[in-house]
Amino acid sequence: MASAEIFFFILAGLSTVSSLLVIFQRNVVRSAMALVATLFLIAVLFLTLEAPMVGFLQILVYAGAIMVLFLFVIMLLNPTVLERRQMFWWGFGSLTALLLIMEIVFLISNSLRTGGPGASLKESFGSPESLAQSLFTDFVLPFEIASVLLLVAIVGAVVLAKREA
Amino acid sequence: MAPLHYYLILSAVLFAIGVAGVIIRRNLIVILMSIELMLNAVNLTFIAFSRYLGSMEGQVIVFFVMTVAAAEAVIGLAIIISVFRHRQTLDPDEMQLLKW
Repeated sequence: MASAEIFFFILAGLSTVSSLLVIFQRNVVRSAMALVATLFLIAVLFLTLEAPMVGFLQILVYAGAIMVLFLFVIMLLNPTVLERRQMFWWGFGSLTALLLIMEIVFLISNSLRTGGPGASLKESFGSPESLAQSLFTDFVLPFEIASVLLLVAIVGAVVLAKREA
Repeated sequence: MAPLHYYLILSAVLFAIGVAGVIIRRNLIVILMSIELMLNAVNLTFIAFSRYLGSMEGQVIVFFVMTVAAAEAVIGLAIIISVFRHRQTLDPDEMQLLKW
């Protein structure tokens, strides 16, 4: 087995375990920390896929900014009550997830059995330059819309979370 | 790179775990975190296909997905804060005022 595959299996196992921890920890802070670990592992997976820029953005934006926001809200609200376990929803959720996995694995194994190394890449693939090249030529309209979306999100968050006078 | 379908199956597993989290948990913050997990699973698929097909478009889409996820997290958490102020709870089963 190639070393790339062994590395992939290690990362895949760790990220599956830590994402299971996200949903099965009853303490909210612990599941947030497990989510940080999952996001880091996914960022490493991005690096193995020749996407260093997106990988670093993932660490900065997701594991950094968004998770800090989550932790701030958790500590601000300080929910002391542990939620009660509900066996019905527990079983139903697990069953749905298993069915979903089986369905997708079935589809993938039917239609895509590709062991090849993928397309040959240019030297600059995944670099900040080529990402920006794509972003500011073909995707310049979505880029502007995304900036408007962020502005709306900022204003909306301030209005929603403001204490009523 | 490891074969493409390895990445696709891993991302399917992560997505399914996120779905299970939304169904199982009764805590708004954890539900929001499960949604982030699902978005990340989809991002993994995009990056894997972008590497496999040798095209940058997949990475640009991931950039936009991250933007939308950040906006969604901010607005979601602001709504959670204002709901918690009125109800003192994070249990979505308690929030049924609009239910018919």
